[in-house]
Amino acid sequence: MRLTVNDVEHDLDLDPRTTLLDALREHLDLTGAKKGCDHGQCGACTVLLDGRRVNSCLVLVIAQQDARVTTIEGLGTAEEPHPLQRGFLDHDGFQCGYCTPGQICSAAGMLDEVERGWPSAVTAGDDPDLLSDPEIRERMSGNLCRCGAYPNMVPAIRQAAGR
Amino acid sequence: MKTFDYRTADRSSAGLAPEAMFLAGGTNLVDLMKLGVATPDVLVDVTKLPLDGITERPDGGVRIGATVRNSDLAADPRIRRGFPVLSQALLAGASGQLRNMATTGGNLLQRTRCRYFMDATKPCNKHAPGTGCPAREGDHRNLAILGGSEACVATHPSDMAVALAALGAVVRVDGAAGERTVPVTDLHRLPGDTPQRDTVLEHGEMITAVDLPALPFATRSAYRKARDRASYAFAVGSVAAALDVDDGVVREVRLAFGAVAPKPWRATVAEEVLRGRPATEESFRAAADAELEAARPLRDNAYKIDLIRNLTAAVLTRLAGEAR
Repeated sequence: MRLTVNDVEHDLDLDPRTTLLDALREHLDLTGAKKGCDHGQCGACTVLLDGRRVNSCLVLVIAQQDARVTTIEGLGTAEEPHPLQRGFLDHDGFQCGYCTPGQICSAAGMLDEVERGWPSAVTAGDDPDLLSDPEIRERMSGNLCRCGAYPNMVPAIRQAAGR
Repeated sequence: MKTFDYRTADRSSAGLAPEAMFLAGGTNLVDLMKLGVATPDVLVDVTKLPLDGITERPDGGVRIGATVRNSDLAADPRIRRGFPVLSQALLAGASGQLRNMATTGGNLLQRTRCRYFMDATKPCNKHAPGTGCPAREGDHRNLAILGGSEACVATHPSDMAVALAALGAVVRVDGAAGERTVPVTDLHRLPGDTPQRDTVLEHGEMITAVDLPALPFATRSAYRKARDRASYAFAVGSVAAALDVDDGVVREVRLAFGAVAPKPWRATVAEEVLRGRPATEESFRAAADAELEAARPLRDNAYKIDLIRNLTAAVLTRLAGEAR
């Protein structure tokens, strides 16, 4: 099967049980996406699949023929970090760093959702601010951080969004 | 995980092999396969079928394709405007990542999160019929107070389904015997002594769409969910409601409870009590109590009776206030 990861096309021949997360980490040597719970509960494995954030641990790669995947490695580099990576550095938005690739990929997908005007569970009113602090917290609730670095992630994401 | 063959579904997958299962978003099924609770020999992927549209019906209703993603449905302007309870229920569930994968049909067919069902090493009449139900004496804090049986007290975990029950949605099904429709409130079975069957669907029958009938007063509808943390957790109790008030009197009401039963619980007794009654908090509480008379709580989940009564009163009081 064919899969495009960070603009590089790959031909893969994998066991049907292989998740997207295991394909990235074990077969394509892209170890940025992390295996936390492996059950879709922690968000450490978040990547962008055809532009949308998903838990790669719950995606069977065999069902994603011709899909385009973006991982943390495809968002930015040490020399040219993505605005979200810059924001997390500037605001100290992490401690141990294990959840950070998932947090940043999730935030990238989330900012795109906000751009499209998608509501969240805390959105109210006709002219809401979709990037208020409660909005950012609600929209990022699928990404856990056991160090508890949440407070600094909020301004990090806000900076990346240019707010 | 047990190995399996993978194929994509044809338009009609009549004749699904006995140990085959449909795969849509996979957010629940892949997890259950990892846990060894689901062990299909074949996965038939339905996501390549043209079932991902949301279309308006001539009668003013809306048809939702079975593979419409939860996030797309929640954001759809027709749903947000005409059926806000459904958008709110979807957004109250799971996380942004999961809603991007999860589908309408898959959300309805997700399995209970009862810890004994999710653990293949534990007895459970749902995953291993006849082995017993440890939940009745064990951890049942978030299990059923309505509709359970000696054999099973699982709750259906969906938020979306509770809104669909209140809205009187109709599930469209395709199978070997042709197409048929099932009211969403009849889709899930009560467990009785055969809790292994969650729904009335025959093996191989596929959900193709969910129809929302026209319901003009659903523009005034809401979903309220109580849970153990502020976000990204299953409900311990939830209420979906739509309310039509005329001159301070309830003309029509739709009410459904979540996380209290093996199915989304349409509160028909409460609805009947409310029609023609003053739209006051007192009426709303009395109506919830009438519905909850049937509740049979276990040692650790009687709190759900108070919770559902309070949620019902809060949601309907707010909707009544908006009507003024």
